[in-house]
Amino acid sequence: MTGVGLKVRNLNKAFGGLVVARNITLDLAPGDRKALIGPNGAGKSTFTNLITGIIAPTSGEITLDGRDIRPMSESQRVKAGVAKTFQITTLFKALTVRENLRLPLLERRGWLGRLIRRADSYPEVEMEIDGLLKQFKLTHHAHTPVDRLAYGQQRLVEMAMTLALKPRILILDEPAAGVPSSESPLIMEAIAALPADLSVLIIEHDMNLVFKVAAKIIVLVAGAILMEGTPAEISADARVRDLYLGAHHD
Amino acid sequence: MSTLFSIVIDGVAYGMVLFTISVGLSVTMGLMRIVNLAHGGFALLGGAFTHWAMTGLGLPFLAAAPLAIAMVMLLSLPMERLLYRPIYKMGELQQVLATIGITFLIIASVNWWLGSTLQSIQLPAFMSGAVNLGLRTLPTQRVYVIIAGLLVICGLYILIERTRFGIKLRAAVDFPGTAACLGIDTSKIFLITFALGAGLAALGGILGAEILPIEAYYPLRYMVLFLTVVAVGGMGSITGSFLAALGLGILDTATRYLLPDFGTVFFYFAMILVLGIRPNGLLGKSLS
Amino acid sequence: MSHTLKTALGVIALIALAAVGYFGLADNLAFMTQVVIMMIFVLSLDYVLGYAGISTLGHAAMFGTGAYAAAIFATSVSSDPILGILAGAVAGGAIALLSGFVLMRAHGLTLLMLSIAVTEVLHELANKYSGITGGADGLSFTPGPILGRFEFDFAGHIAYIYSVCLLLLVFIKLRVLTASPFGLAARGIRESQARMRAIGTPVYWRMLLIYTFGGAFAGVAGALSAQTTALVSLSVYDFQLSAGAVLMLILGGTGQLWGAILGTMVYMTVHQIASSVDPFNWLFIIGAMVLIVVYLVPNGLMALPALLLRWRRK
Repeated sequence: MTGVGLKVRNLNKAFGGLVVARNITLDLAPGDRKALIGPNGAGKSTFTNLITGIIAPTSGEITLDGRDIRPMSESQRVKAGVAKTFQITTLFKALTVRENLRLPLLERRGWLGRLIRRADSYPEVEMEIDGLLKQFKLTHHAHTPVDRLAYGQQRLVEMAMTLALKPRILILDEPAAGVPSSESPLIMEAIAALPADLSVLIIEHDMNLVFKVAAKIIVLVAGAILMEGTPAEISADARVRDLYLGAHHD
Repeated sequence: MSTLFSIVIDGVAYGMVLFTISVGLSVTMGLMRIVNLAHGGFALLGGAFTHWAMTGLGLPFLAAAPLAIAMVMLLSLPMERLLYRPIYKMGELQQVLATIGITFLIIASVNWWLGSTLQSIQLPAFMSGAVNLGLRTLPTQRVYVIIAGLLVICGLYILIERTRFGIKLRAAVDFPGTAACLGIDTSKIFLITFALGAGLAALGGILGAEILPIEAYYPLRYMVLFLTVVAVGGMGSITGSFLAALGLGILDTATRYLLPDFGTVFFYFAMILVLGIRPNGLLGKSLS
Repeated sequence: MSHTLKTALGVIALIALAAVGYFGLADNLAFMTQVVIMMIFVLSLDYVLGYAGISTLGHAAMFGTGAYAAAIFATSVSSDPILGILAGAVAGGAIALLSGFVLMRAHGLTLLMLSIAVTEVLHELANKYSGITGGADGLSFTPGPILGRFEFDFAGHIAYIYSVCLLLLVFIKLRVLTASPFGLAARGIRESQARMRAIGTPVYWRMLLIYTFGGAFAGVAGALSAQTTALVSLSVYDFQLSAGAVLMLILGGTGQLWGAILGTMVYMTVHQIASSVDPFNWLFIIGAMVLIVVYLVPNGLMALPALLLRWRRK
């Protein structure tokens, strides 16, 4: 079966007897804004690791534009267009914001292995850095080492870096985690301003953010999809409400 | 057959010495997540203090050795507080630098105090000579070393598995963050463990003086040897250190008997092989 | 200030420094030559350890292999020193590549220990195959004239100038290499390997190449050491050489070429003075110096000005 976008079919993963992903089927078409929610330990991280290639599935298919990406390594999948931001910021702390952006831009063009010309002497790369800095309102911090930025801004650098890879599938892993509420509008703005044809999957705890930016929400429980629906459908569903509000009774 | 017998006895005795010296290093490195290159210094000090107590004070070996071990443990307390504590939070390279610096200071101190000659330790009559087993004889010293090594591992087993201190120590090694939250005084655990490790190293230095002779450059000369036991056994694992020390001790002894031309090639090949296959050592946990 | 200008100024500063040494300490040319060779060696280590964050206590493996390669090349192929240096670079790079296949998969203590083990194995092999290496007696040889014109003289003038020229070349090469995209990639790997993987970099292969380049530069230092002393002994594989280089680098400051140069200069000078003043107790001074630096300026002497400035402001 071919088709545009990311298609996941009957994906399973077990560590020994412990099943962490159960028959997950999911589509991400260009322009999709979907969110993956679920309680702690529901298997959200496992799912993203399966997609990005950090772990291999026990069974099931993952295709990108009809092409099987399962045999690809982590870095090959990035080149194919699947990119992910990190749950915990692990930026290049001692490097400046510009350098943080320069790395993925050079890598995307396949120039990061070059040995002679200076890294900052590629005009097309520098222009693209300027564009990203502007888009994420980081121009003033271009020459600041990222570990001196506010946490919310670090998350923006992270998003900018991932976007620099020109992905077609973007997985945002808890983009608002740890961000003080005063800075969270920045994050929402940035998500709203993402390119229209990009497929975005947001993994998030913050319901407020999810309901604002996602058109479709997928609820994951114990490694399996409980339901998929619009924010209205999700908030109306009794099972989901139980999960999040009345989780104390059994 | 006689060679095989010698290899086993010498190898096991050598392994016991390596274990006694290295086990404290393994536990402290696993506990504090530091790279410590100065641990051999405690073994040297153990040997040097024993030599001094016997020749200078005229004490018999059985009094001199415990005195030396106690002195090393006492000395290790301020060292942990003053020299080691500041580097726990530093990077790996700063730890390498600092602990090499400490090693240099220990070497220089011993050199200044006792000179650069060999510090012999005269064993009492009942420990030297040979035991006759009827079929063949073996050096008595080896027998005592092996017995002492076995006592050390039994003692450690009881300490770790059966005492409150052991429970706290295991918690601090396995879950460093959580242990502090549970109200375990990790800094006190560090201190006691460090002193115990130093004491064991001193014991190993004294017992092993026939195999690894006591002289000022001892900590630099055998630094790699002790670290190899830790790395191969797996940082923080007592059983791992025991297996690694025994295995490497027997392997090295066998090479010396059978293929003396090759020196330590097999020793290091074994290490590359083990670490190539198991990067965290035989029984080490991954530190991710 | 532009990068090229900074490099040019750096080269001028190095030449000035070398000239001061040459005219000011003319009696100590042999020692000064050693310092210059050590600078090349520590620079090569800085590239691997300072820029890419690959911890190693076995950099002597490449130094020693480069030294033996230069000596064997001189006796069996050509006594031309420049070709000998190239042979040293190739040999150093080759041994780094071969051992790197295993080493670059490890990190932390395991990486440190594996790097030591590789050096020790080479040490034992060099000892065992004394037919090729001269074993414990060492391998002596006569290097030919440099560029066919300049003979190594007994007083060591040519050796010193030749070493300084190679230092300048290595310095410029590393300036270019560390400013290139590949140099940026090295720093990225030091900061976060996981993040480098996430942006699509084949981290393992990049590290292998970095280690190989670093090995080639270390090989140059080894070859140079062999040529200027006309002798290679087993001590080229000493653990003390690897550990000493790490000490010098951290002392000066990692991840900046001047840190390597400054650290080497300070360490070797202190070592030289301390061991001549008191040949038995110089380790006191070295040990104390090392500890003072770690506790007061953990980022090395290059960080000292900034640190002093901050203290003054307080």
